[in-house]
Amino acid sequence: MEKLLMKGNEAIAEAAIRAGCLRFYGYPITPQTEVSAYMSKKMPKVGGLFMQAESEIAAINMVYGSAAAGVRAMTSSSSPGISLKAEGISYIAGADLPCVVLNIVRGGPGLGGIQPAQSDYFQATKGLAHGDFQLVVLAPSSIQECVDLTYEAFDIADQYRMPVMLIGDGMLGQMMEPVTFPEEYKGRDLPEKTWATNGTQMKRKHNVVNSLYIEPNELEKLVVERYKKYDYIKETEVKYETENIKDADVVLVAYGTIARIAKSAMQKARNEGIKVGLIRPITLWPFPEKIISETAKKAKSFLAVEMSMGQMVEDVRLAVNGQADVHFYGRTGGVIPTPDEVYNKIIEIAGGAK
Amino acid sequence: MSVVFDRPKALADVPLHYCPGCTHGIVHRLVAQVIDELGIEGKTIGVAPVGCSVFAYNYFNCDMVEAAHGRAPAVATGVKRANPDNIVFTYQGDGDLAAIGTAETVHSAGRGENITVIFINNAIYGMTGGQMAPTSLVGQVTQTTPYGRKTETQGYPIKVSEMLSQLDGPYYIERVAVDNVKNINNAKKAIKKAFENQVNGKGFSLVEVLSTCPTNWGLSPIEALDWLRDNMMPVYPLGVYKDKGANE
Repeated sequence: MEKLLMKGNEAIAEAAIRAGCLRFYGYPITPQTEVSAYMSKKMPKVGGLFMQAESEIAAINMVYGSAAAGVRAMTSSSSPGISLKAEGISYIAGADLPCVVLNIVRGGPGLGGIQPAQSDYFQATKGLAHGDFQLVVLAPSSIQECVDLTYEAFDIADQYRMPVMLIGDGMLGQMMEPVTFPEEYKGRDLPEKTWATNGTQMKRKHNVVNSLYIEPNELEKLVVERYKKYDYIKETEVKYETENIKDADVVLVAYGTIARIAKSAMQKARNEGIKVGLIRPITLWPFPEKIISETAKKAKSFLAVEMSMGQMVEDVRLAVNGQADVHFYGRTGGVIPTPDEVYNKIIEIAGGAK
Repeated sequence: MSVVFDRPKALADVPLHYCPGCTHGIVHRLVAQVIDELGIEGKTIGVAPVGCSVFAYNYFNCDMVEAAHGRAPAVATGVKRANPDNIVFTYQGDGDLAAIGTAETVHSAGRGENITVIFINNAIYGMTGGQMAPTSLVGQVTQTTPYGRKTETQGYPIKVSEMLSQLDGPYYIERVAVDNVKNINNAKKAIKKAFENQVNGKGFSLVEVLSTCPTNWGLSPIEALDWLRDNMMPVYPLGVYKDKGANE
């Protein structure tokens, strides 16, 4: 299998095309513009379409249109742009359409900064836009995982007819690592898109893609159905990685690139005989609460490490549910914590736990 | 006995929710007749707006997509670009198309997107109960301009056909009205042309239809038609604003 050295943003774009996404609607914003640049170069050569929309709002609504028409569609942005797409994503969720949205997160709020951050965790997993709905949120921590999860994202979106968000930070978008692409990708068995608005051909009743239900009982019923689907996803689609958790006194919880920094800190602590483990959520929603809850039966302390003021830590606390102490270490605004900073926090906690 | 009047096949056999005297019903019928005449129902996808015509997705027998407020041209772009052989139209009111969705309107026109836009201009927000629209006339009393639209604070009506015809992108733009039989026949011709252009791959076509809203204008249906003629037509003159095909 050919190994290529690729930037995260470009690897995701290439993986999306290979996964059969032939409609991409973008709008420039740092630090994810390489996705659009790559798409604009590659799409015409593979019979696909790259379109630069007039706004993030238009881009997500173009995705809505193409998804309604039954084709794989995607958009990408960074934090302020995702806020603008929020309306459209709510409509996509409400109309049960599949699509993939990439957020290469930068510091916020407002225009914020252009350096890596994880401060959109709440937005992605809980309150992206109005209404009762969820996205599946996938958080890769290497460029290879960016590739693998991009394929997965389109399959999940199509299987459950819902929007899937790939979330990374500026580091992941910008850094280069060797990656391989599957020569022949065997995806999931997916249902036919019999609901697509691609013309009746006068052979079937018209399809309507819609999120408006004036009758409250009808709307409630649909939302409840959707939540049954979410419950199923919580049972079947949780992904995480663990390391050294069996004997761990202190368990780090970190996702994305920060999990790699946490891992370095863990190794340094292990070298000094401190029993530290790591749980790395790969799906931020559904959140890997069971493994955290089980681990909390034995571990003394948890330490959530994030590039935010503390967002995922709330889910860690909920999952631990009082069984152990939950601590937090974070830097924000585009500041990346060093392994030593995390290590020092581990020492502080381990010392306190004695 | 010969049939002289029948429901177009593309128009669903359901009661419309529109108020008495509202001209949406006429325009729906014209669109459906055109779809029938061109034989394109099986490959047509309509995009409904937010506004009085939000339920248009129930009124046409072709596939329909309901868009967020103002986003219909972007949604239509996505539908069309997914399957370019499909015929895609949007049906939008003045608040949807000329206020919240101005950017989507201007840019789909600028791209010369090969879609058909039916633009209902009745100078008011109907569904929410009669607020000022971007096309409300100077002096017009609405719920949110109770002392009349004043240019000092609310500015001037936006003339969509005039504005868009300045762009190089659009292929065809015409303003019509549905206040009498003659104008309704002209409106039908314009709508047909706007769909034919798309079938022939010509690009962006928009038909602005001057329409009435008796309920929110506080007028009877007949008075509303008079008000449209006396007050709207001088500000929004009927006619062809752009027709690249005229020179071909």
